[in-house]
Amino acid sequence: MSTKQPTPNPTQSSAALQSSFQTLLENYQTTIPARVKLIDSFLLFIFLSGVLQFAYRILITSYPFYAFAGGFGSTVGQFVLLAGLRAQVAPGRDGEFKQVSQERAFADFCAASVILHLFAFNFLG
Amino acid sequence: MAPKGKSPAATPSKNTPISTPLAKKATEDPLAKAIIVEDEEIPSGTVTPKTIKLAYPLPEHISSTTINNTESLLRFVILALICGAAIGSRLFAVIRFESVIHEFDPWFNFRASKVLVNEGFYEFWNWFDPTAWYPLGRTVGTTLYPGLMVTAGLIWHFLRLINMPVDIRNVCVMLAPGFAGLTAWTTYLFTKEMSTPAAGLLAAAFIGIAPGYISRSVAGSYDNEAIAIFLLMAAFYTWIKAMKTGSALWGMLTALFYGWMVAAWGGYVFITNMIPLHAFVLILMGRFNNRLYTAYSSWYVIGTISSMQVPFVEFLPIRTSEHMAALGVFGLLQLIAFVEIVRRLVPGKQFQLLLRAFVVLVFVVSFAALVVLTFSGWIAPFAGRFYSLWDTGYAKVHMPIIASVSEHQPTAWPSFFFDLEMLIFFFPAGVFWCFKELRDEQIFIIIYATLSAYFAGVMVRLMLVITPVVCVAAAIAFSKLLEAYIDPVIPESEDEIEEATAHQPMSKAKAKKIAAARQNKGEFNFTGILGGKGNKGIFGLDTRFAVVSVLSLFLFLFVYHCTWVTSSAYSSPSVVLASRNPDGSQNIIDDFREAYYWIRQNTEKDAVVMSWWDYGYQIAGMADRPTLVDNNTWNNTHIATVGKAMSSNEDVAYPILRKHDVDYVLVIFGGLLGYSGDDINKFLWMVRIAQGEWPDEVQEVNYFTQRGEYAVDERATPTMKNSLMYKMSYYRFHELFGGHPAQDRVRGQTIPSTGIQLDTLDEAFTSENWIVRIYKVKKEDPIGREHKAVSSFEGGKKLKKSASSITAASGGKKSRPNM
Repeated sequence: MSTKQPTPNPTQSSAALQSSFQTLLENYQTTIPARVKLIDSFLLFIFLSGVLQFAYRILITSYPFYAFAGGFGSTVGQFVLLAGLRAQVAPGRDGEFKQVSQERAFADFCAASVILHLFAFNFLG
Repeated sequence: MAPKGKSPAATPSKNTPISTPLAKKATEDPLAKAIIVEDEEIPSGTVTPKTIKLAYPLPEHISSTTINNTESLLRFVILALICGAAIGSRLFAVIRFESVIHEFDPWFNFRASKVLVNEGFYEFWNWFDPTAWYPLGRTVGTTLYPGLMVTAGLIWHFLRLINMPVDIRNVCVMLAPGFAGLTAWTTYLFTKEMSTPAAGLLAAAFIGIAPGYISRSVAGSYDNEAIAIFLLMAAFYTWIKAMKTGSALWGMLTALFYGWMVAAWGGYVFITNMIPLHAFVLILMGRFNNRLYTAYSSWYVIGTISSMQVPFVEFLPIRTSEHMAALGVFGLLQLIAFVEIVRRLVPGKQFQLLLRAFVVLVFVVSFAALVVLTFSGWIAPFAGRFYSLWDTGYAKVHMPIIASVSEHQPTAWPSFFFDLEMLIFFFPAGVFWCFKELRDEQIFIIIYATLSAYFAGVMVRLMLVITPVVCVAAAIAFSKLLEAYIDPVIPESEDEIEEATAHQPMSKAKAKKIAAARQNKGEFNFTGILGGKGNKGIFGLDTRFAVVSVLSLFLFLFVYHCTWVTSSAYSSPSVVLASRNPDGSQNIIDDFREAYYWIRQNTEKDAVVMSWWDYGYQIAGMADRPTLVDNNTWNNTHIATVGKAMSSNEDVAYPILRKHDVDYVLVIFGGLLGYSGDDINKFLWMVRIAQGEWPDEVQEVNYFTQRGEYAVDERATPTMKNSLMYKMSYYRFHELFGGHPAQDRVRGQTIPSTGIQLDTLDEAFTSENWIVRIYKVKKEDPIGREHKAVSSFEGGKKLKKSASSITAASGGKKSRPNM
């Protein structure tokens, strides 16, 4: 920021906020390719699943704690691995990922997910 | 010597006449061999060939594939030789004595491994040992780090599978050298990522024989550190690869090695904090990118969930402060990644500002939540043993057991040289080179170096953690130095450049720059390698020869020092001692095993043995009897009880002994031989630990003379003289000296010749050199008398009116002197 901007009054800032939000949604619809949107929807699903499990633990019981830990851990883990995959297939990835092709990224993701779920499954019992 | 230069006529036809002055200069110099190579095209379109002068001739006409293949072969052979050297230098103890498990802790690991291979994995995982910490017992399955035993078990099974069965004892003894070879290879890979493969080879050689690592990984030292350092370097290598490539596969491999390390050693907390610290520093430097995100996230989730599989660790990663840094950085990375994604979609400046505020707010809120959870106790604060690393005075006051361990004392500076020799001076130079290039992976070295330098200064045991990074950094510095002096290219001197440029057509801008540079000659500039200017290197063959030969001498001295240190200081099995007879032949002192085997063969199967906790694992391993306390030191009160029994007089100690069903008491006494690691030297720690529990009954000050000396001769205080430990150590000691004054060789004091009377203990066994002394506890008297009365009756004294009167009349009727 080179010049000092005058502090915007609340109505101005909320209007600006709304317009930026709309820009966000528009850009999301248009610029993001379909496979990344697919990953995003899966991310949303995992996020909701994790929130539900945590709410259950807080509101109802934490009784089989190992089961909760295993289940919640696997949602967090899968979410994060998926987010990594998203970063590796989204447009603009070539600058950052020189040694990992998109196919290799997917294979890595599968391998890591299998190992993650193996450990989570072992934890449940 | 005929001039080796080529005449201009023999050069390739690509020459232009403008280059003649340079070529002439080359032919005039008899020592330089000129190679004419093509230079890059300058914009004006003319090609100016550049003459590269070499200090010594290189073979020509070798294709690059041959060079690459030869390099790879050489590297492979060198690495194999380094592994061989690493294994070989750890075998001193096995060759001198025998293949036996050393020291104290490895005996427990050995016992656990025997249970694993003899009874199976299920029995091992759910093992409850009723003979340790009698009568409490110990749930071994959940209170140990199973990584080492499981690794040894897997190797044992594998060898049996290929029809080469090896006894479990030999597998355990030779495990550490084997893994040391693997560590050398992993360090090579790690350093190759930081610098050149040549530096990698140097680093592998250094860590193969550096005494700092050998001290905990000789053959026979079957302890957690044997595989832990290999896993440490492997985890760090895979982390660097993950961060460089951004591949989740490498992140997963890091997590798997990390999980194995969690299973193997309590020092895994170091990795748990190093990797997040590295990621955090990169974020602060503005070097966040998606590779870092992928690598860290895949490591954190798989690593944490795999570390929770170990029963000893279980929920520690989410409940203790030591792991909160990793969780914090994980959350921060998620936030930053989310913000980056949104930022790419929305170019508005204002929204960005709001978003940054949002990130800061979330960070502050979660940090506050963390602090609240910590203070409310849901998240445990730093464990004592880690807290004492920050507050070094803490342990002596609050946890005397941890303060008493000799490995936990602060490091004296000679240990750095003893354990690392010349590496310790090259180490800062290597860190400097990392600063010079400052790639992402080199920041890791800088952080590792700083952190481990602090820890190594705080605790001797942590010299092990600094050794890898010292080897890597020293190798980088050493290799840069060698490279500079071995590289045969001779740089052009400044006069040559001036001459050349004077004859070349050049753009106006270049001419201006050179004129400006000439003007600026007044101000300070770095010269040589640091100058960063175009031409850098070494002139002349004599400088090269001098420096390279001096560096080679350093390397030879390093090897000599390391081998000598290993041979003299770190190859002692502690179970077997050796000394020289007057005629020079070796005299093996095998008292420990003699005594333990006596117990094994001459006592009942369930006879309980009481000794100080140092020897608990050895007694359980070799004598196979229940013990009261052992090296696990998990129950401070139980240890304090033993300490109280050892430091009190017989009247107080006997009920404690009977209450715990103790049949035999074992003490280590070095006074005859000069063995200074005996129990009388450790006695003050017993007193301090007991005082921690019963400050009214046991006071350390009572064991010192009026002048504050720790005396065992006639100046010793009555409390000292009546304590069980004193009596057991010096019982019948004066009989060895046949009338002459009894000399305690370790303390250098004369023990009074008035005999010591033991009422409640019978001497059962004393080993050949009086190092181990075993006493049997007398059962209650069948007619209900006090033991003191019994012995005074048998000594011929008249029965007193009140049998329990302690204040015996000094001029009481004695017909015979006390025995």
